[in-house]
Amino acid sequence: MVERDDAVDLMGLLSVEGQDLAASWVSEVSGSLKGRIGRAELDRELRELYDALVEALGQGAVDVHAEQMSEVRALLTELSRNRARQGFSPSETAISVFALKRILEPALRDGSAENVRAYLLLGRILDELGLFTIETYTRTRDELITAQAEQLLELSTPVVRLWDGVIAVPLVGTLDSARTQVVMEKLLQALVDTGSEQAIIDITGVPAVDTQVAQHLLKTIVAAKLMGAECTVSGISPQIAQTIVALGIEFDGIVTKASLADALKLALRRSGVDLVAQQGALR
Amino acid sequence: MSERIPVLRIGDVLLVSVQFDLEDQTVLNLQEDLAEQIVATSASGVVIDISALEIVDSFVGRMLSTVAAVSRVLDARTVVVGMRPAVAITLVELGLSLGGVSTALDLEKGLAKLGRPVGSAPR
Repeated sequence: MVERDDAVDLMGLLSVEGQDLAASWVSEVSGSLKGRIGRAELDRELRELYDALVEALGQGAVDVHAEQMSEVRALLTELSRNRARQGFSPSETAISVFALKRILEPALRDGSAENVRAYLLLGRILDELGLFTIETYTRTRDELITAQAEQLLELSTPVVRLWDGVIAVPLVGTLDSARTQVVMEKLLQALVDTGSEQAIIDITGVPAVDTQVAQHLLKTIVAAKLMGAECTVSGISPQIAQTIVALGIEFDGIVTKASLADALKLALRRSGVDLVAQQGALR
Repeated sequence: MSERIPVLRIGDVLLVSVQFDLEDQTVLNLQEDLAEQIVATSASGVVIDISALEIVDSFVGRMLSTVAAVSRVLDARTVVVGMRPAVAITLVELGLSLGGVSTALDLEKGLAKLGRPVGSAPR
């Protein structure tokens, strides 16, 4: 029952000055956000939150995870998600909660022992709410990053048809296991779909090759060979050639070419196409 | 009694079409049948079509190598055709690269490969 009394005190602390507190909360927060959110929007957000908080405290909530707090949690989740999407920093997000503590400080000045106790308890609750905000913020950011990484994965692995029976995968960017897996699957599927017997993996756009990347490439090439296609690796820059030798990577039985043009020439010759320049044509 | 996979003869080529996922006993039966058929028909080539095969394990992977080796001893060349991407990836992840086994994308290309004299891959 003691806690219940505290809760009533808390409500007193928050509702003495009523809407004034909410108003000064809004102005405190909008100051810290430097006008990057419309005043009206912020006002609506924070007032809703304030009302929900007062309501929850009125019902005797003393814990963020209490059932009475569900409305507050929902509002906070929405707030932090919006902040994360709009590119605010974690501090700028958390300040929305912590600012309430700061504007309550004046209430301590004439402070009775009861007021102080209520303030400390409210402080604890607000701390928890702040942590909750940060957690939601981080989770949203993580989701964003994951979604973007997936989009990037889809974007960056096109399989192009160069000739009848010759396909190429121009790889751009760093190769990791997840990407190589996608490349491998797409390449092999394209071999089946187009009935191509020649595949060229062009790594002109790959900034660095290490043992792991080489391993991935080897796996892809062996898998293509199992399906009855031949793979050529092209676009090996002088630096990458030196790195490959320095690392002791061996491309056993795999043809490597310096440029995509050379690889295409080889692939065409292997599939029985002869390229003949017209007589008298300028070169 | 486990299922047996039919071994069909087209000219001097034997065709094995795997239409369902293989059990170990079926694989062993196939190895025996194939060796007998190569001798009986004095075939010069064997085409194993695995385009319907969706699941492989290391046993099936080794079977392919073994069949190829057995055929080679009996002077017949083996071509594995129609391997699915997922199957190829699985075999690579299992560390089986089927050295010494020729492969082709589909049955037609596999037969064309057998039709060419040994060692004359298109240049």
